[in-house]
Amino acid sequence: MSATSSATPIYNFDIVKKFAVMAVIWGLIGMSAGVLIAAQLVWPELNFDTPWFTYSRLRPLHTNAVIFAFGGCALFATSYYVVQRTCQTRIFSDKIANFTFWGWQAVIVCAIISLPLGMTSSKEYAELEWPIDILIAIVWIAYAIVFFGTIVKRTTSHIYVANWFYGGFILTVAVLHIGNSMAIPVSFTKSYSIYAGAVDAMMQWWYGHNAVGFFLTAGFLGMMYYFVPKQAERPVYSYRLSVVHFWSLISLYIWAGPHHLHYTALPDWTQSLGMVMSIVLFVPSWGGMINGIMTLSGAWHKLRTDPILRFMIVSLSFYGMSTFEGPMMAIKSVNALSHYTDWTVGHVHSGALGWVAMISIGSLYHLIPRVFGRERMYSIKLINVHFWLATAGVVLYIVAMWITGVMEGMMWRAINADGTLTYSFIEIVAQKKPFNIIRWVGGLCVVTGMILMLYNVIRTIRSDKTADESISSPAAQATA
Amino acid sequence: MSTFWSLWVAILSILTLVLVFSLLYWNMKNYAGVEEGKSMGHEFDGIEELNNPLPAWWTKMFWATAVWAAYYLLAYPGLGNYEGFLGWKSSIQGIQTIAEGKEKSAKALEEGYRVQYDTELRDAEAVFGPIFEQYASQDVKTLAKDEDALEIGKRLYLQNCSQCHASDARGGTGFPNLTDNDWLYGGSPEKIKETLMHGRNAVMPGWSSSMGEQGIKQLTAYVISLSGREVDATLAKAGEAKFGVCAACHGADGKGSIAHGLPMGAPNLTDDIWLYGGSERAISETLRHGRNGVMPAWKDILGEDKIHLVTAYIYSLSNNK
Repeated sequence: MSATSSATPIYNFDIVKKFAVMAVIWGLIGMSAGVLIAAQLVWPELNFDTPWFTYSRLRPLHTNAVIFAFGGCALFATSYYVVQRTCQTRIFSDKIANFTFWGWQAVIVCAIISLPLGMTSSKEYAELEWPIDILIAIVWIAYAIVFFGTIVKRTTSHIYVANWFYGGFILTVAVLHIGNSMAIPVSFTKSYSIYAGAVDAMMQWWYGHNAVGFFLTAGFLGMMYYFVPKQAERPVYSYRLSVVHFWSLISLYIWAGPHHLHYTALPDWTQSLGMVMSIVLFVPSWGGMINGIMTLSGAWHKLRTDPILRFMIVSLSFYGMSTFEGPMMAIKSVNALSHYTDWTVGHVHSGALGWVAMISIGSLYHLIPRVFGRERMYSIKLINVHFWLATAGVVLYIVAMWITGVMEGMMWRAINADGTLTYSFIEIVAQKKPFNIIRWVGGLCVVTGMILMLYNVIRTIRSDKTADESISSPAAQATA
Repeated sequence: MSTFWSLWVAILSILTLVLVFSLLYWNMKNYAGVEEGKSMGHEFDGIEELNNPLPAWWTKMFWATAVWAAYYLLAYPGLGNYEGFLGWKSSIQGIQTIAEGKEKSAKALEEGYRVQYDTELRDAEAVFGPIFEQYASQDVKTLAKDEDALEIGKRLYLQNCSQCHASDARGGTGFPNLTDNDWLYGGSPEKIKETLMHGRNAVMPGWSSSMGEQGIKQLTAYVISLSGREVDATLAKAGEAKFGVCAACHGADGKGSIAHGLPMGAPNLTDDIWLYGGSERAISETLRHGRNGVMPAWKDILGEDKIHLVTAYIYSLSNNK
């Protein structure tokens, strides 16, 4: 242990506990909203003839709940845990950390109320109106203060790679959120973007793609770099690989946004640059996958008995798959087919459910018994069942979306001998129905898994089987 | 884009790529001062990092993207104002008006630029144009009996018109039913085509300020009575006295402008067809605030030859019984 002070720090696990439990709860709620709107695509009467339950209002609720409520709480929980343990110091400020918890929960509750009421800025993944945006910005700056403050007072000589990723994610999300949300309010619940036309579209997808790149990738790579080697009990495969892939990932991602706007009013040069950077990005993205999977070398046999490790390794496989698929879809001629189809939806979910949710779930299963001072999760068997439900659900979902995505893309562009389009929109919608049912079943599997997880977490917390002294004592915290 | 911004874009783009690949080059060598495969010597909460080399297949793939990126940025527009040696554009860039766009398109085609949008339109016109020209030479009533022509007309309808008038052409609130032989602007082939080509702008004024709430109530009762429904007779009587201003468009008998050979598209109020709803509430809303129905002009979107076939399809809906 390099340059560790002799006094063993006592970590703040209270803040980790709160965020970890909320991650599980918001995960269940957000994914259930997804299952409901997936069902609405098959049975539209499920909007119950009310404006509040229509697809258009619940869809942003679903995306905000899974990305920012579930993903966000998972990132807060793990980053506060990892930064303390790898810096060997207590968190910078308990009070500010507590503020980030209550502030973030307030943001989520505001989202859950305002989105079904139809209050929206109409920017995808940034739908929340200006007062909530301001609250997000304040909470986020507080988060940055806590995180970087902890890094500054670390007692280790180097900064661990997981913290590079968490740090990159926190800084960039602040810039993205503030940049894209700039708006002129016309009332308490309505504002208009200060950008206009193609510039507004460009800002929105600069933000939108980097919500994927930094919120949903860099942050979760931070998670991966701590929890995979911890759970596998193996050293990280290659330090130099982590240097190359970290710096190239963050420098390239920020350019990739225009690939969401191929063949639009965006100037050609912007589209070309976005496409070039997206394709170069493919290789450094795989750097993270290689480093995670190769960390397991010498410990492959653990996959047979450890469902938590299985979650992590399958998540890395989905990460590799989505980061191959993404650059491919960024190629203009592929995008001409895939854009606006369900293929995009499938791609997002292979990233969101396959990569983001699975690495979070694995990490939470690792972390929850440790912060609550339990020996292990209440039931390893249930984790295993959850693993298979999640995997089956994701596979059903993305395969259904690949089929309907390519099918509808082909049907949209099919033309008759006279040059008119062969199919009308509604004929194509009708063709998609069976696959929409499969997608809904896939979602149901994932949600069922989350219910098992919540039950397992509650039983773990409530169990009186505390871990033996060596785990929960401060001395062991430092080395466990 | 000014030269400054063009250079700004080009330099930042190239710099990013150069830095990324320099980083790759630097990390291909073992600079760590530790033997390859051994621990770097740091430890974080029990996690060590090994100094393994970058996988060779991975670095090769990375360099391949560098070569491809360099080629693409030379061949296609990407670095600011530089246009790329292939002369490809997705469409004419940076134009302010349609006229300017047409002029620049023609010039670009002449100079051998490959403007994807324009060349695709030109090629499609060369292949499909003659098919539509051939139909355009036949009259609408003949085409309305021609199965193949109707099939094309229907597809054009489904893709361009069904969003408002519905897939079965029965319309909806605010959007006329095209199958009931009830016409606002006339149902002859010429009139249908005129509507499609040039669009229509219907104006029903709002009367709340000039008639007052009581006046609206009386007029509503009278309008309802026109289609034979029972209403409060005194209210309707008072409404009839005020109907003079309405008669200018709807006719003194309320049978609408078409019945009187007038062009303004005022609906017949004596039948059971209500564009904006026939309930007391809907009719009083119409009277109070007015209505502004807009049918867009399709002349510049579909072109006359295609509109000719859509006309035949619409005509057939009311006349092929």
